[in-house]
Amino acid sequence: MHALIGENGAGKSTLIKVMTGVYEPDEGEVRLRGEEVAFASPLAAQEAGISTIYQEVNLVPMMSVARNLFLGREPRRYGLIDSTRMKREARDILRDYGVHVNPARPLRSLGLGAQQMVAIARAVQIDARVVIMDEPTSSLEAREVETLFGVIRRLRDQGIAIVYVSHRLDELYQVCDRVTVMRDGAVVRVDDMSAVDRITLVSLMLGREIGDVRTHGATGFADAEHQVKGAPVVAARNLQRRHQLDGVSVEIRPGEVVGLGGLLGSGRSETAKAIMGALPLDGGSVEVGGTTTRRTVAASIRAGVVMLPEDRKAEGIVPSLSVRENIVLAALPRITRAGLVDRAKQDEIVDYFMKRLRIKASSPDQRVSELSGGNQQKVLLARCLCLDPKALLLDEPTRGIDVGAKAEVQGVINELAEQGLGVLLISSELDELIEGSDRVVVLKDGRVVGELTGDDVSQDTLMTTLAEAPPEPDLGAPGAPEPDTTEEERHD
Amino acid sequence: MTDVAVRPTPAVLDRNRVVTWLQDYGVYAAIAVLIAINTAIKPSFFSMDNFRVQAFQVVPVLIVALGMALVITTEGIDLSVGAVIALSSAVIPLYLGYGPWLSIVIALVAGCVSGLLAGLMVAVANVQPIIATLALMIGVRGFAVILNGASAKSVTDETIGALGLDSWFGIPQEVWIAVVIVLVVAFVVRRTAFGRRLTAIGDNRAASALAGLPVKRVLVAVYIISGLLAAIAGVFLVGHGGYADPSNYGLNYELSAITAVVVGGTPLTGGRIKVLGTVAGAVFMQLVAATLIQNNVKNSYSQMVEAVIIIGAVYAARGRSGR
Repeated sequence: MHALIGENGAGKSTLIKVMTGVYEPDEGEVRLRGEEVAFASPLAAQEAGISTIYQEVNLVPMMSVARNLFLGREPRRYGLIDSTRMKREARDILRDYGVHVNPARPLRSLGLGAQQMVAIARAVQIDARVVIMDEPTSSLEAREVETLFGVIRRLRDQGIAIVYVSHRLDELYQVCDRVTVMRDGAVVRVDDMSAVDRITLVSLMLGREIGDVRTHGATGFADAEHQVKGAPVVAARNLQRRHQLDGVSVEIRPGEVVGLGGLLGSGRSETAKAIMGALPLDGGSVEVGGTTTRRTVAASIRAGVVMLPEDRKAEGIVPSLSVRENIVLAALPRITRAGLVDRAKQDEIVDYFMKRLRIKASSPDQRVSELSGGNQQKVLLARCLCLDPKALLLDEPTRGIDVGAKAEVQGVINELAEQGLGVLLISSELDELIEGSDRVVVLKDGRVVGELTGDDVSQDTLMTTLAEAPPEPDLGAPGAPEPDTTEEERHD
Repeated sequence: MTDVAVRPTPAVLDRNRVVTWLQDYGVYAAIAVLIAINTAIKPSFFSMDNFRVQAFQVVPVLIVALGMALVITTEGIDLSVGAVIALSSAVIPLYLGYGPWLSIVIALVAGCVSGLLAGLMVAVANVQPIIATLALMIGVRGFAVILNGASAKSVTDETIGALGLDSWFGIPQEVWIAVVIVLVVAFVVRRTAFGRRLTAIGDNRAASALAGLPVKRVLVAVYIISGLLAAIAGVFLVGHGGYADPSNYGLNYELSAITAVVVGGTPLTGGRIKVLGTVAGAVFMQLVAATLIQNNVKNSYSQMVEAVIIIGAVYAARGRSGR
């Protein structure tokens, strides 16, 4: 059980791709069980027993769960696919992974977490000797992560080697035996996991001194609370949407960072989208600066509310446009006269934000898809900030970006709140949520089940609140086959 | 994680470079080669007369292809353009009594209305573009034939005839107009907010919607523009032919237009547009047809040659995007 870590751009993905036959190495060799191997294609690597689970789910969404699980090696009878047996076996296999669904359902009707589990189950079924997992937990919720770890330990006991890539240090310490740290395309340390403590690990990845890291704290947030003043800049009241939101109310005041706590599928992203006007509602109202806005994204932006979407690739960047065009995308109405884009104004904005957020790109003309995840996220943040917002809705602002960029983004959020912006912060990382927020509104099954203020803003109280909240009878009880159905619409 | 700098092996790099070059400039190079070959075989190919002959054939396709390129940039497709040509040609003789210009205006409005219908179906009712415009392709042509009657009607108006036949400074009027349209479209794509939105929506519609872009308005506008341009092509065809024949005008124009767009390097997956490439694509396909015809190659063979060219162009486009 081997951990592979490093900042974005350290070369982890490239290394994995060399091991799995996607790229050929210019020099050097890959050895499998002591023998030198050269894979001409990913298929060859698979046949040799190296199986990879990528960050993004890599399956066929329209096919059934069972078909996906057995794709390419379906059980046969009389030369035809034995679908009864396939479904039965699929059900048994998935039960081990904590996924209780009808295997005949199309894969895309499952939540993202369950889909990821199917991908993992599939990878392991292919008689693997080495399983490479590239951030397998990024779309899983806590309970599913536990199940996954159970599976991983079982695999290890069976003598299967696992390469585990993750940005979440907690996980590494929980399951990994050894660790390889990479930086700038080179290995900087290989050691037993227990021999490297957390702060050393971070400093190795960043290439900075330990004292340096410590002064920055675990996150980029300062501990001091913000000056909260005045009437709410955003007041969402009694937001209703079938199966997703059940009377959620949130207020954000200027200078305040309001955290939205809760598990995957608790309605956090939906709340943010509803406030933004990007999600049709069955009931409820959103006031911005005291007046009710029209329920469209454009109207919300005009009123001063902007959102950083959760899924950077699917909902954030416009990949083939340049960095410049991506930054000013939402600001076009402001820099356009008689339909023509004012280039001077555009360059002024782009120049300012590229410097302020320290966006690393070869030029503003570079295509945004060529940037690293952290820089893409900064581009999106710039897109939000150049709209002169009063309130900022941040949905997982630091997901999948490296430690350095993470601290920078967190620092910017902090600074913005100090300047009087209202911020709504959604984060699956408890550290970030707790340290970053002045107040945390806790959601469960689309309802507000608690609010933490002052000293109560801590991981313990958050977990207690989540654990103690009674289940809601109207909206699919917990433990139902797919607790995160709310995520579905986004992925259709 | 996924954006780590990739260092492909030199061989791969070279191939990529060749493919990229082919995609960017291949069409222009091919046009030059074709002209050279033809002039070598028959020097009269490089003459004003031949230029006029080719121009009259290529201009309507080119104008339609520009609209098609805009639609394709939004990840859509407009199969109704051929039918709109027929509609525009059917409208002209009906209103010619009110003067040529009014009849032209009405023909263009008819094209816009058809485009509006397509746009509403795609943007508001969320019908897939290929289905929405397929329905229009069938329905609008039927409507055009009803308007006109089954037989062709002659149009002897001087103004309209001049648009299709006469020249300013030795160059056909419709070429001048086409040049203006190309410049306007290129300007809109490069310099206006509309052009920026167009590509953004085609590239990532969800992100565009979340950034507050007027997705529906842009989509509707794009189909209206496509309808308008097809109607203009219809007017030129009537002027050139001297009669209106809705059952035969514009047949297969949607396919010629798509071919020009693809050969010109605009990907069918949207998010990118090549205006000049589209022009070159239309000119190139016309030159290929002309070359084959002038050297007495049978029509069925020339169709096969065109098929090979389309596949080659799509392959080049794919080689670049599919890494």
